[in-house]
Amino acid sequence: MDAAEVYEQKNVHEVYQQIAEHFSSTRYKPWPIVEQFLKELQPGSVGLDVGCGNGKYLTVNKDVFIIASDRSENLARIALQHQPHSTVVADIMDLPHRDAFFDFAISIAVVHHISTSARRVQAIAEILRTVKRGSETQSGGKILIYAWALEQKNSRRGWDKGDPQDIMVPWVRKAKSADDQPQTFNRYYHLYEEGELERDIDQAGGHVLESGYEKDNWWVIATPKTAS
Amino acid sequence: MKVITANFVTCSVKECKTSPNSFPLHFHDAELEMQELDFQPEFIRNVIPRIDWEGLRVTANELGFPSLPETKPEGEALYDEQTLKDLHRLLLETQVMEGRLICGNCSHEYVIKEGIANFLLPSHLV
Repeated sequence: MDAAEVYEQKNVHEVYQQIAEHFSSTRYKPWPIVEQFLKELQPGSVGLDVGCGNGKYLTVNKDVFIIASDRSENLARIALQHQPHSTVVADIMDLPHRDAFFDFAISIAVVHHISTSARRVQAIAEILRTVKRGSETQSGGKILIYAWALEQKNSRRGWDKGDPQDIMVPWVRKAKSADDQPQTFNRYYHLYEEGELERDIDQAGGHVLESGYEKDNWWVIATPKTAS
Repeated sequence: MKVITANFVTCSVKECKTSPNSFPLHFHDAELEMQELDFQPEFIRNVIPRIDWEGLRVTANELGFPSLPETKPEGEALYDEQTLKDLHRLLLETQVMEGRLICGNCSHEYVIKEGIANFLLPSHLV
């Protein structure tokens, strides 16, 4: 493993394994843009949810089939309850899926946990690799990527343009029982600045179809660039 | 892990993606469990066109199911209730709880434990 992988192992993967249960209990409301993206899919569409967490998006559209994956086995086990979908343990950098096969993929609040710019681009390229290429007769598969924004001065965190983008964010896990103490875990985040997610998508070989800002996050809908 | 999942996964190793031998992954020592799920004919009918039929035939055979028809149900056959029920049972209700999935190209083994397949690679294969 290189230094970045070791760092992410300690400051992202191990933390989610520890906080999985509490984290999941706080994540139940789908974000509107994600909900809309999933609801607009054709019935029978098959796609991926990369970094599915507790799987809160799996139930949005009952007419599509989703293969969800997470790097944390504890979170993947929680996501398993959402029928009729499938959940596996996988790494965003090496997805166990064929090239150019899927109709869609979502990756919500995931790429901001990757600790170098090159690896974030590589992760997005890996997601793009799995969706259908567009041609003159059919449109390509669509991906939706969400990442935490640097510009969120009205949020509880209060960060804004000019602040450091690579930070540790504490998660306070509530006490599990009367004789347990609350415990603090620090997770690594890269806060995306305005326009940065679009640049990463472009570098990864994606063509940006739509983009915007919602609930302290930047989001982009993209499709693989076609050879021209 | 549902049987349908095997139709939508392959080896995590980058170099294997271009090899036809990497799909489908091969089940070994599979322990099956049936889990009853609501039968939704519309859902099965919609998903069948996205199934790699050859791959599913290999998987079903490895898991000890009776042979599937040689060709994928299409048109009228997609409205045959028994066909849809059989596929619902195979694809969604059949769970592989324990076992291994092996890549036919690089021979790497992925372990299935308590119903979840783990596709993380050891560091020397990344």
